Amino acid sequence: MQYLVSVIFDSDGRATPEEAAAIDVFNDRVQADGHWVFAGGLASPATATVIDNRDGASVFTDGPFVETKEYVAGFWVFEAPDLDVALRLAADGSKACNRKVEVRPFLAPPE
Amino acid sequence: MTDAQAAVTRAHHEEWARVVATLTRRFGDLDVAEEATAEAFATAVERWPVDGVPPNPGGWLTTTANREAIDRIRRENKRDDKQKAAWMLHDDDPPEPTGAIDDERLRLIFTCCHPALAMETRVALTLRMVGGLTVPEISRAFLVQESAMGQRITRAKAKIKAARIPYRVPAAEDLAERVSGVLAVLFLVFNEGYLATGPDTPPVRHDLTAEAIRLTRLIRALLPRDGEVTGLLALMLLTEARRSARVSATGELVALDEQDRGAWDMTLIAEGHRLVRERLTVVATTGVAPGRYQILAAINAVHTSARDIRDTDWSQVVALYDQLLRVDSSPIVALNRAVAVAELDGPEVALAAVDRLDGALDGYHAYHATRALLLRRLGRSRPARAAYHRAIELAGNTAEIAYLTRRRDQLG
Repeated sequence: MQYLVSVIFDSDGRATPEEAAAIDVFNDRVQADGHWVFAGGLASPATATVIDNRDGASVFTDGPFVETKEYVAGFWVFEAPDLDVALRLAADGSKACNRKVEVRPFLAPPE
Repeated sequence: MTDAQAAVTRAHHEEWARVVATLTRRFGDLDVAEEATAEAFATAVERWPVDGVPPNPGGWLTTTANREAIDRIRRENKRDDKQKAAWMLHDDDPPEPTGAIDDERLRLIFTCCHPALAMETRVALTLRMVGGLTVPEISRAFLVQESAMGQRITRAKAKIKAARIPYRVPAAEDLAERVSGVLAVLFLVFNEGYLATGPDTPPVRHDLTAEAIRLTRLIRALLPRDGEVTGLLALMLLTEARRSARVSATGELVALDEQDRGAWDMTLIAEGHRLVRERLTVVATTGVAPGRYQILAAINAVHTSARDIRDTDWSQVVALYDQLLRVDSSPIVALNRAVAVAELDGPEVALAAVDRLDGALDGYHAYHATRALLLRRLGRSRPARAAYHRAIELAGNTAEIAYLTRRRDQLG
């Protein structure tokens, strides 16, 4: 079972050196414990481009698909047997990166 | 009621949670478990009056529900073998090696009260899955549209499944916190029954207080050594014992100092006192500090020990509130402490303490009601009237509003 853990933040700016160091320690532990799938930090929403090619016209729009005060600044994907494990990992991740996080399960494969 | 009907009612009280829990464990699906259990009880309502009550009603219901669940899964053909295997694996956690807490029903309770669910959702799900209340019954209890309540429960079940909220008793390191989450749900149900809100709601909802007590008894049977579980049960019993004395024939709240103590339920009080003594002994021998429910139960034990309001040991009550403030430093605790201080040190000292809570409790009716009471005792009629007025505006319980209104009008 995989969980997306989105890091929620409300301003530009990268992690401080202390935060980055704590994230490294956390990531090492997640990898050692076998929960690691993928993770990454994202550039600010202002750098986003929205593409709509549903009718083949490939319209590009500058900026994010929705303007919000808080946005996803990065994410982890964890492998975890159940939500309790995912929540514990997410809580430690929130502490390490010093930001709020949201846990969301991936859809189970279709039956 | 015929014997068969009575047997179904009794089985519903005693076996519902166990059947739902056993099926959830076996099929890994709350939906299937709930529907099959409801179906088994519907079958019992039909069959038992005709065939007679089976010698082992719980076993009969489990077997019938199991068969129903298998039929349902076959009919809907919802799961292929691969997923079934995954579910079985997921459900196969060994029980926590803590002895007494290895009960299917505990898994069910912890799942329904999971912290990833909203509080109101936990309440609804617990009443449905563990308490066996129907969706219309739960909607009525919380004055919510039936369709909205049904949706809330459906969404919760979908989240449990999609996010894979585990069906198990939490690990030892999380247990205390998770138990306190369960107790918060039960206390909320009890309080909504004890001080029901809403203009068209009877002031006391005995169905809800009784259900909360029943479920807390169940948790105590499953976790007999947990002090807070025992404390909450004692607190509920000592509160419930005063229920009939607390509202007058005309539907008005009767304050503690005016209650007919002869109308208190002495059986419930005796049981509550026994539980409080049990905890006092454990606390004295182990030195483990009591939590808030145990302290609240002790406060209620002091009140219910006095045959007359004048016999109340107020210094003991204030000392217990001091202890409670160390566990829970909320302004509401400070407000209740002030009420006891008024009896010990006089209304002036109490009013000074209450006035310090102004910022935090301005929107809370009991804050203004307490101020009104103290101001009245100090002979300050005008500010007392204003405080009563504010309390009436904020109060939601019909019996309380009637009481506050009469008190205000007495001021002339």
